[in-house]
Amino acid sequence: MQARFVRLAEQERRPIVLSVDGVAVDAMEGDVLLTVLMLHRGFARISEFGDGPRAGFCMMGACQDCWVWTGSGDRLRACSTAAAEGMDIHTSAPEGLWPIPA
Amino acid sequence: MADPRIVIVGAGPAGTRAAELLVAAGLRPVVIDESPRSGGQIYRRPPPNFTRSHEQLYGTEAGRARAIHATFDAFANKVDYRAETLAWAVKDDRVFVQKAMTVEQIPYDALLLAPGATDRLIPLEGWTRPGCYSLGAAQITLKAQGCAIGQEVVFVGTGPLLYLVAYQYMKAGIAPVAVLDTSSLAQQLRGLPLMVARPEQLIKGAQIVSALRQGGVRVLRGVRPLEVLGDDRSVTGMRFCDAAGHEQELRCTAVGMGYHLRAESQLADLAGCSFEFHPTVRQWLPVIDEMGRSSIRNVYLAGDGVRILGADGAEVAGRLAAIALLSDLGWPIDQAKVRSLQAEMRRHVRFASGIAKAFPWPHEQVAAIPDRTLICRCEAITAGELRASVKDLFSPEVNRAKAFSRVGMGRCQGRFCGPASQEVVAAANGAPIQSAGRIRGQAPVKPLPIGITEETSRG
Ligand SMILES: Cc1cc2nc3c(=O)[nH]c(=O)nc-3n(C[C@H](O)[C@H](O)[C@H](O)COP(=O)(O)OP(=O)(O)OC[C@H]3O[C@@H](n4cnc5c(N)ncnc54)[C@H](O)[C@@H]3O)c2cc1C
Repeated sequence: MQARFVRLAEQERRPIVLSVDGVAVDAMEGDVLLTVLMLHRGFARISEFGDGPRAGFCMMGACQDCWVWTGSGDRLRACSTAAAEGMDIHTSAPEGLWPIPA
Repeated sequence: MADPRIVIVGAGPAGTRAAELLVAAGLRPVVIDESPRSGGQIYRRPPPNFTRSHEQLYGTEAGRARAIHATFDAFANKVDYRAETLAWAVKDDRVFVQKAMTVEQIPYDALLLAPGATDRLIPLEGWTRPGCYSLGAAQITLKAQGCAIGQEVVFVGTGPLLYLVAYQYMKAGIAPVAVLDTSSLAQQLRGLPLMVARPEQLIKGAQIVSALRQGGVRVLRGVRPLEVLGDDRSVTGMRFCDAAGHEQELRCTAVGMGYHLRAESQLADLAGCSFEFHPTVRQWLPVIDEMGRSSIRNVYLAGDGVRILGADGAEVAGRLAAIALLSDLGWPIDQAKVRSLQAEMRRHVRFASGIAKAFPWPHEQVAAIPDRTLICRCEAITAGELRASVKDLFSPEVNRAKAFSRVGMGRCQGRFCGPASQEVVAAANGAPIQSAGRIRGQAPVKPLPIGITEETSRG
């Protein structure tokens, strides 16, 4: 996958490191998870209806198209969840929580 | 009433101005907002460690943004402010809220809803491809994250936000590839006589368009978008029909799309408020009087969540609704103040009707969405499937069609497919849009986290 978002401002923030699908990625304090994903992966999740990857859409917590998961099985809206040092984020639902209820 | 319990949902311009008046009257309302910081959409505040100035963030609206933020901060400890808290239902004079893994019911004597709006969308072939975002998303990414949605961006849709976001991208260093507007120049001229109600806005708009042109951004009007091109991995272009009827393709890596806004009216719906159809914007909106009183005795509505009048109009609406609320609770009111606010309100209504004329929702294009296009992003349901539920299963209106096709039942609760599905259902029935009705609000208005446990009740 590819980088999608482009950083244009606010580049002097404190760096943080988190894990996305087991890979360590760099981010900055104040980034939301969707930003981190769009700078490193280019997608947020794979549609469970077989129509390919999704990369978020509304960025304001309304469309629910950017659901991601923590290692412990919590579901997060990537666009409205701040990234934090050491987070463990997964772009697919943990075993046993499939399919995802609305 | 000695110590009335008042709940405000929304800390944008409308909710902020309403709360300000209630606090000034000596009350301590609960103010609920889903965002981590107050300000609402237009005056959204970036995370606290961001350093751009109000001027850099809000441009010509910096002064107003500063005023709204300062007003909120000045009364923040005089209200019961619940940040990062979702109001997910209203029932029996209680607001149901959720914060992290906790839910709570907050009883009220009066409820003031100011939940704002979201982008109004038209499903387009390829709109689920990675890199295609709503216009609002494109702006939020820039404002609240300091990022662009991509390196080569096409903006498509209609309305003032289309040009504004393109301009903001250009100023931030990413000149968009093009601005594609579905409304024609002739339509835009037709809106002028009403838009002169706010000449300063009209001038700002004209300056933005000329700055875009000077910056080398292609601005095309009267287009018909056909497809967001690309593959599984990314958007690669945009295909559309220009005003002369010629098909064109532009290369890009991202698309921002939006057709003005739709009101977040679900909570008003759950509170039992009556709705009426507004032909100028082709939306069903809650009924209000000229103060913002809904059809339900103790429910007041203000801002973009009830009428899309823009940020300045939202401030006026918030004040009027708070005055109505206070007056109904027996507080004395300043009639001269009310008259001047109402006069201001009429100016905003006139301007908004000009915007609706100038940048109309292209409903013929919506009704003609190809059968194969995904109309529901949530569950990947096509326009053809929706039409089949209308024709083969005799659905006269959207809620029946929703039950059969599931369009509107997914996790966005019809926010992004709803306005389009009304047009598709009406057209498939060969009936006027009003007959298709509106997707009814359902609790929870947004999905709650899995595994919520604790429930506490207050008061
Ligand atoms: C994405 C977007 C971008 C915009 N950009 C511009 C712009 O650049 N220039 C311009 O002139 N106008 C813009 N507008 C329009 C402008 O934002 C509005 O006219 C103005 O903000 C309306 O003020 P409001 O107080 O009614 O609502 P808003 O400012 O939208 O505030 C509503 C608040 O309610 C909260 N809320 C909503 N539902 C709930 C709930 N269920 N529970 C808890 N909290 C809730 C939201 O988090 C939000 O903070 C934009 C609108 C949108 C949607």
